[in-house]
Amino acid sequence: MNKQFFDVAIIGGGPAGLAAALSARKAGAKQVVILERDVELGGILQQCIHNGFGLHRFQEELTGPGYAGRFVRMVRADTGITVYTEAMVLEVAKDKTIWAVSPTLGLIQLSARAVIFAMGCRERTRGAIRIPGYRPAGVFTAGAAQRMVNMEGFLPGKNIVILGSGDIGLIMARRMTLEGAKVQAVVELMPFSNGLTRNVVQCLEDFAIPLHLSHTITFVHGRERVTGVSVAAVDANRCIVPGSEFYLPCDCLLLSVGLIPENELSRAMDICLDGLTNGPVVDQYRQTCVSGFFAAGNVVHVHDLVDFVSEEGDIAGRSAALFANGELPLEKQYINVKAETGIRTVVPQRISLPTAAGEKVRLFMRAQEPLTRSTLTITTTAGKLVERKLPVAKPGEMIVADISTEKISPDSQEIIVTLLPQSLGGA
Amino acid sequence: MSELQRQPITQRVSCIVCPMSCVGEVEIAEGQVVRMVGFSCERGRAYAESEVTAPKRVLTTTVKLNGGTLRLLPVVSRQPLPKDKIAACVRCLASVEVEAPVKEGDIISGDLLGLGVDIVASRDVESVSR
Repeated sequence: MNKQFFDVAIIGGGPAGLAAALSARKAGAKQVVILERDVELGGILQQCIHNGFGLHRFQEELTGPGYAGRFVRMVRADTGITVYTEAMVLEVAKDKTIWAVSPTLGLIQLSARAVIFAMGCRERTRGAIRIPGYRPAGVFTAGAAQRMVNMEGFLPGKNIVILGSGDIGLIMARRMTLEGAKVQAVVELMPFSNGLTRNVVQCLEDFAIPLHLSHTITFVHGRERVTGVSVAAVDANRCIVPGSEFYLPCDCLLLSVGLIPENELSRAMDICLDGLTNGPVVDQYRQTCVSGFFAAGNVVHVHDLVDFVSEEGDIAGRSAALFANGELPLEKQYINVKAETGIRTVVPQRISLPTAAGEKVRLFMRAQEPLTRSTLTITTTAGKLVERKLPVAKPGEMIVADISTEKISPDSQEIIVTLLPQSLGGA
Repeated sequence: MSELQRQPITQRVSCIVCPMSCVGEVEIAEGQVVRMVGFSCERGRAYAESEVTAPKRVLTTTVKLNGGTLRLLPVVSRQPLPKDKIAACVRCLASVEVEAPVKEGDIISGDLLGLGVDIVASRDVESVSR
């Protein structure tokens, strides 16, 4: 076992890791390594065979594999990037030694000057939402079913109910229908779908699949195999409305009930996490609270557009390369960015000072709830940085705003972000 | 033309052009839009018109792949297809089998059902070395 040395090591070869590798090389890293646990690069994009990826990045609509392919080809063509596939990272040490295992190479040990976490996220399962009932076969997370149907050639069921109307749930409703299954209904706890309108129209309305808003599943029936589910309405407090229950027969239940950033490695090395994004607290360089460790993509916060994942990979890759070469500005002070009324999460959570002249920082925010005609305000103790009217804001669509760091004085205590209805927010 | 077609029909359309997501109504008679309400911009009105007169969708699905590192090949229609032909296209593609290796963009089914649109591979798949 030879120990190898790299400028930048990237854990995860999905869209964030791929963009980070290319960006690190461009910013001067000589030797970059990607450690990927699947048999190939591309991450979850490879199972997202539908189109609609890349409108921001490439100004065209690509499929998931098509989007991944563009990055994979560039990475493969770059001799300064080493790729280990089927390499599962077991441990990362503070001195930036990484241990991984692979079926062909056994134990891999390598060392880097900078490390980028790009592990993405995984799905919440039935256990996380505690649906009562038996434990029959036929209950799958929507993403696992997507991989079965699109890559491995298995149909998880023929008569389907889907819980959760986020984009994955909606996309799977169409996919199962095209594969000849009958989708009985999509059940959504909230009074609105978190998916894009485009997906509600093209995945449900096109196939006349009912969407039950403000409903949930109260029981899973069947001992060996799912035979059906009980569905009930919920009130404004998301409590079940007595007497509203009805039964839907099915042989398969797909769960699209949220994603959890995969931070076991970060947690094991005491990297500070944000309780709401479930990802590391990062600054504008995507540096975590441990020097030389960066993070990008869904491991930081769950994105809805891969284009923004790639953008975050670009930032982390560039910053890690600069760090490896001793060129990243050393932080003297942090200004925290706080999400207040109307905003649930904001990334980056802090801005490190001093910043370069003319530097702009892009904030990625999620609204607490859907609002029409609201005002986004970003302020410091010294005054307003941004005030923008938003015709519509939805939790499912990230709000993006640039702030110019010149306006942030070192004595600002913190930066506060709010989203208020225009009647309350004034202006 | 039958009496039914001459009667104006009202259709509800959810616009997907921008995050505003306007929901409007379009009235059509004899294949022509006669009235439209609820859309707030020109792009929305154009979308609504195409959605009721000639709705189109890009089709993505998979076909069986032999001798490859994967069992399925993801495919995409190079242009949007008429919405009412999607089911027939999927049925037709269900019987298509291809041999690895395949390159992204390879034509898997040219001019599917005579609709003038090619179905192409959406990724590369290598063949399994035996």
